Amino acid sequence: MSKSRAGFLSLALIYAILIVTAVAVLYPIYWIVLGALNPGSSLFRTSMIPTGLTLDHFRALFAETDYLLWYKNTLFVATMNTILSTFLIVTAAYAFSRFRFPGRRQSLMVMLVLQMFPSFMGMIAIYILLLQLNLLDNLWGLILVYAGGSIPYNTWLVKGYFDALPKSLEEAAKIDGASNSYVFFKVMMPLSVPILTFVLVNNFIGPWMDFIFARLVLRSNENLTLAIGLFNMITGRSSTDFTKFAAGSLLVAIPVALLFLFLQRYIIEGLKAGANKG
Amino acid sequence: MGLGQIYNRQFVKGIGFALLELFALLAGARPFMHAMWGLVTLGETVQQRNARGVIVVQGDHSIMLMIEGIIFALLLLVFIGIYALNVRDAYVNGRMRDRGEKPRNIAESLSHAWEHGFAYILLAPAFVFVLFTIVLPLIFGISIAFTNYSGPNHLPPKNLVDWVGFETFVSLVKLKAWSRTFFGVLGWTVVWATLATLTTYFVGLFYALLLSHPRVRFKKFWRTLYILPWAVPGVISLLIFRNLFNGEFGPINQYLKLIGLDAIPWMSDPFWAKFAIILVNLWLGFPYWMALMSGVLTNIDRELYEAAEIDGADAFARFRSITLPLILYSTAPLMIMSFAHNLNNFNVIYLFNSGGPANPSYSYAGSTDILISWIYKLTLEQNKFNMASVVSIFIFVVVASFSIWNFRRTRAFKEEDLIQ
Repeated sequence: MSKSRAGFLSLALIYAILIVTAVAVLYPIYWIVLGALNPGSSLFRTSMIPTGLTLDHFRALFAETDYLLWYKNTLFVATMNTILSTFLIVTAAYAFSRFRFPGRRQSLMVMLVLQMFPSFMGMIAIYILLLQLNLLDNLWGLILVYAGGSIPYNTWLVKGYFDALPKSLEEAAKIDGASNSYVFFKVMMPLSVPILTFVLVNNFIGPWMDFIFARLVLRSNENLTLAIGLFNMITGRSSTDFTKFAAGSLLVAIPVALLFLFLQRYIIEGLKAGANKG
Repeated sequence: MGLGQIYNRQFVKGIGFALLELFALLAGARPFMHAMWGLVTLGETVQQRNARGVIVVQGDHSIMLMIEGIIFALLLLVFIGIYALNVRDAYVNGRMRDRGEKPRNIAESLSHAWEHGFAYILLAPAFVFVLFTIVLPLIFGISIAFTNYSGPNHLPPKNLVDWVGFETFVSLVKLKAWSRTFFGVLGWTVVWATLATLTTYFVGLFYALLLSHPRVRFKKFWRTLYILPWAVPGVISLLIFRNLFNGEFGPINQYLKLIGLDAIPWMSDPFWAKFAIILVNLWLGFPYWMALMSGVLTNIDRELYEAAEIDGADAFARFRSITLPLILYSTAPLMIMSFAHNLNNFNVIYLFNSGGPANPSYSYAGSTDILISWIYKLTLEQNKFNMASVVSIFIFVVVASFSIWNFRRTRAFKEEDLIQ
């Protein structure tokens, strides 16, 4: 009797903790949804119950700011960065994993060391280089910086994954007379879906989150990415922009969060592999 | 170059090499000498203006000369590499001829290169990218530390920049204004990284354990719910928190007032600002650990627990001697990487409170600034490029030692044929 009572109490405690945590986790999210959909511009409300439902803030967002342009820019940078860096990473990782050539060990060590430099260490140089190449305030400048920066870490990661794939398949294909490129595209690629997903998602989500380089490279309002645009919205001028900010945030957070939840498994596996380097 | 190939009767290849060398020597020699002069002197002519401020003499742009110098030095390395390739190629083909084999013609050479040099072809694009977007900026960034490139008196094109050796390193430690900021910011950086890592780690562990409790229902529901903070882009949640914690209008202070408490100066008091940042980071960071550890927990062999139970171990003893060691063991490398990441967690610091509140005893840093956000301010807001560069070198040394230590511990190093 007393034992089951203690069991009930501890279970009640567990559920109490779970529910309190759920509230703490959801509150900021709920608050931003409320800010985006509730009519009026009373910014900092304490009431948790919406007084109505409106899309006015979204209309204002599209009409009064360059939000759609920022969205388009971010999507463009993210897509191009994904294509470019995945290409660079996979080709390099394949070469390191499957070929033995002079300079291989040295290059791998160099990549390992490069990956440890904080990426902004070259910030000033990148700024001046882009300035000279006329790529400052240009989305391509940002794409090149992202793509270059993602190579060392991800190459190690993908190489580790390739190393673990059995060589016998490729050897069999080669005996049948397949060329290098055939082996690469038709044998290796299909086997590497999990790690490729991780690299693709990482490179795609990166530009949505990056603040430091985007702030450095992009200047004019119509060239901004979302992170910078949203930051300027609530730090720059009066805080009346808050409801627009809320609406804008929602439109970014929902697709990114869905993508993340959907591909969670690959992301967690990829992070583990990253820490153990294969 | 190319003579060896021609001697081996590979005329197309030989002429190709010869033309390349000729081009490099004719077109490259003068700019190369100029670039080296620029790299060494960083320019000699100061920009001159007349009384009305119109530029009379353009003068040398030290920073451009420096970058040019580094680019040419890298190109020289590439050229030396091609030269070595040329010598090796001539040698190999010479050996083939000595053995009485017929050397390949140009078409055969190309297809041979495609199949046997495939690795180099695959690596070439990544190599070029790494060279120009990482190596070049890094060399440049490190070089800056040894110059006086800083505002307001040494900013090209108006003024020249000079090499000053270790002067900047010395003033970071010796000059009161710099050293006070540096050690103050460094101290908080370490405290921040430690607390940020430990709080998220153990809170994550707590929820992973809670959710693995056999009597908790709807596990998947709770887990998905708690992963949300990780799924929402950090930039956005940080900006939301910036508003929630607003000292005057923020809802958090409004609630405190509603229940009769005083408002807390979250953003303007150093202690509360630090406290709030740790709290916000906890919200952002615990789902990561929870998700990872849930995975570890489900992989622990049930039989271990059953055996322990038979031996009379109570729940706490089972946790302490089975669960905890296994989790620590499998997450230790990630914890170290997370610490290194937090040392440089620019987004949390800068987006939440821009490093504020202002600290009058610091040079260009606020109370919650960590080294990386201080560097950012030094570079973008103050033009103190040389000092920023010295501090980044310091960060690199710290982060690199962590990573190398971590890397050597993991088995990758032993399995990989890097060290023999």
